[in-house]
Amino acid sequence: MIKNINLTLKIWRQDAPDKEGRFETYEANEISTDISFLEMLDIVNEKLIIEGKDIIAFDNDCREGICGMCGAVINGRPHGPQRGTTLCQLHMRHFSDNEVIIIEPFRAAPFKVIKDLVVDRGSLDELIKTYGYISVNTGGAPDGNAIPIPEEIAEKAMDAASCIGCGACVASCPNASAMLFVGAKVSHLSLLPQGKIEAARRVLAMVKKADNIGFGNCTNEKECEVTCPKQVSIENIARLNREFIKACFCSTAK
Amino acid sequence: MLLDSKVPSGPLEEKWDRHRFEQKLVNPANKRKFNIIVVGTGLAGASASASLAELGYNVKTFCIQDSPRRAHSIAAQGGINAAKNYSNDGDSVWRLFYDTIKGGDFRAREANVYRLAQLSLNIIDQCVAQGVPFARDYGGLLANRSFGGAQVSRTFYARGQTGQQLLLGAYSALMRQVASGKVTLFPRRELLDIIVINEQARGIVVRNLINGELESYEAHAVLICTGGYSNVFFLSTNAMGANVSACFRAYKKGALFANPCFTQIHPTCIPVHGVYQSKLTLMSESLRNDGRVWVPKNIGDKRNPKQISESDRDYYLENKYPSFGNLVPRDVASRNAKEQCDMGKGVSDTGLAVYLDFADAIKRDGKDTISKKYGNLFEMYEKITGDNPYETPMMIYPATHYTMGGLWVDYNLMTTIPGLFALGEANFSDHGANRLGASALMQGLADGYFIIPYTLSAYLAGNSFPEVSTSNADFKESVNNCSVQIQKLLSIKGKRTVNDIHRQLGHIMWDYCGMSRKDSGLTKARIAVNDLKLEFWENITITGKENNFNQALENAIRVSDYLEFAELMIIDAIERQESCGCHFNEAYQTEDGEARRNDETFCHVGAWEYSEENENPIFHKEPLLFENVKLTQRSYK
Repeated sequence: MIKNINLTLKIWRQDAPDKEGRFETYEANEISTDISFLEMLDIVNEKLIIEGKDIIAFDNDCREGICGMCGAVINGRPHGPQRGTTLCQLHMRHFSDNEVIIIEPFRAAPFKVIKDLVVDRGSLDELIKTYGYISVNTGGAPDGNAIPIPEEIAEKAMDAASCIGCGACVASCPNASAMLFVGAKVSHLSLLPQGKIEAARRVLAMVKKADNIGFGNCTNEKECEVTCPKQVSIENIARLNREFIKACFCSTAK
Repeated sequence: MLLDSKVPSGPLEEKWDRHRFEQKLVNPANKRKFNIIVVGTGLAGASASASLAELGYNVKTFCIQDSPRRAHSIAAQGGINAAKNYSNDGDSVWRLFYDTIKGGDFRAREANVYRLAQLSLNIIDQCVAQGVPFARDYGGLLANRSFGGAQVSRTFYARGQTGQQLLLGAYSALMRQVASGKVTLFPRRELLDIIVINEQARGIVVRNLINGELESYEAHAVLICTGGYSNVFFLSTNAMGANVSACFRAYKKGALFANPCFTQIHPTCIPVHGVYQSKLTLMSESLRNDGRVWVPKNIGDKRNPKQISESDRDYYLENKYPSFGNLVPRDVASRNAKEQCDMGKGVSDTGLAVYLDFADAIKRDGKDTISKKYGNLFEMYEKITGDNPYETPMMIYPATHYTMGGLWVDYNLMTTIPGLFALGEANFSDHGANRLGASALMQGLADGYFIIPYTLSAYLAGNSFPEVSTSNADFKESVNNCSVQIQKLLSIKGKRTVNDIHRQLGHIMWDYCGMSRKDSGLTKARIAVNDLKLEFWENITITGKENNFNQALENAIRVSDYLEFAELMIIDAIERQESCGCHFNEAYQTEDGEARRNDETFCHVGAWEYSEENENPIFHKEPLLFENVKLTQRSYK
């Protein structure tokens, strides 16, 4: 059923990383409850262009919840109120007429604001660059069936590998910890026989890098799990801790 | 211009092996002297960047997103084909080759497709070694499922996120090379021009999307891996940023564009809900295994579907195609849905949807069984539409999602500009007039991991390269031209937004150059697109600045290219006076309404050369020779 609602938006505007930001208020009227949150922002931006004003910058690309490019804090929650949903998959039917919506960028020291709601998440690429891989070159791989992997292990690895790298876990954490992100990658790879070979080196390198970048530690707030649009479990943080301890005490890796 | 496909002679099975042996190689110590530019970080771009860096080349990799991991390959759901024959059901390299050639309605190059089928075996091994968590059986071995257009189970998958997992594999290989210093990454950069010096591609000009600066980079070769152009239709299943600009600007620099009118429309997408819709979401076509497609029998019947009795429903696919029913191929299902909606029988508020009803399947198999098969899809549907498909029929409508056309490349994946290569969806080579499911991922990775490392080396070893630097006049001139274009866009200050124009372009293309085409409609569309292009350059308005993060400007640059490209698509559709695969000209159909090919006159690749602004492009033909398969008419009886 198509229904239209009127909304008041308080949106964070910031011209550049080194400029001061502020909230500005916009009215979004006659918004169909069938459209997505980002389409609602599209409408606001179309109006701003016609009025000759600078549009609200926000990252987005696939708009089907898999690329991990979108994300903003909606009324205090990264990606908004719906569990297991990226901002692009959040629809306006979850809001009510005359609601005030506060929209801010992901806030964490390692995520600098580039403009308005756009932040720099290059630090997540830095983490993957720091051993978030298995060291194999192209060519020379053995047959795909050469090493059987128990189905439940493959499934667990897949659970962890479904992380989309959006950074909402960091934004939701009071410590700006990237433990869920690192935990997901460490779990994905160390669960699989192919990744076990470098498991100790990997976990030590990634944890050290996360510390150096300035991501905080985990204090079991569990906000990340609630926020994660792919519902990656904090089980992966527990596995990260186990892998880390194992690497410290039972391996020669440094 | 003579289009030399450079397909090696000899038996099909031996071509690639022999070709590799006959290629010149670059000495390991000399590889570090070569700089390679890769534009785009989807499956093709990421796998090529990683593989070339591993060999020792210096690679500069560019993408428009903030991270290479976000390229739109990530959204592919279904799976990736490989002729492993793990299922022992009769698969072979030859069968995968044949299925792909036939699925493409005999408009692809035999040698390329055969090589693709051969390499499919290595891809799976490579991905497993990287840690891609493919689905497995309880015995621990890789699981397979069947997919459209094939009678064997050869599709490997990672839940409904195969594209994501394959891309993350290629991305991690890429990041490993970034760590080693062999790849330098340039995210948030958009290609504006390709620099050709002494008839060799020697560099690119990009716009830094953060600060708006125009940057120049030189190289010994440039690889375009920037995907397809479905967004010419405004609404498609592609990502918002997906664009034709890199390919189109290569075309303007002299690379030929092949078969631009070959675009694929997927039948089962979530329908358009209103004017402000920004994109369409694909639902796996496996839904048609159990869902029944119908519309109300009477025009204008707006009742709730549950109140419409059986006798007032038209199960048009089952009635028209009694043997295939709801499982007719993609193009047929799509065309029929459009036909019903054009007659005014479409459902939903927009009239642009048909029902896909699971009521009978639930009654027959029980809700649990249906939920096991399609639970995640039903959930996704409910998230987007707010309707529960267990209770009320789904509504679906076709949407564009893949483009078979692309830059013309030879067997070495090189375009008609020496040193400019095109990989993945950006080239035209392997899918003919219609791509089969689970083949796009295969092609992107074959091109990047296993073909380009050999063919690029041969190019580098076989040519000499004069010294070039970014202070060269060609770079300066290009930067200047790009800057003039950007300033012009910003200075128009008209009354319409870029999105508004793009939306209108989408309507024109969808109505006249979409699922089914007529010469009269195409002619009309060409005029309309031209008028719209003129209006764009007189009446758009963009806010923000040139030297700043400016998404309105980014969009305007992309749409300006789409407006010119759309005309090329239409010209190509008019030129091809036959129906084949996804190109359906209503004048050429069988009695059953299927595509009727004209193998005598049109068994060729249509490749277009840019001439001058507002001039007709020049047509070139690459004849397709079929030495190993017999051309047949598709039938769904």
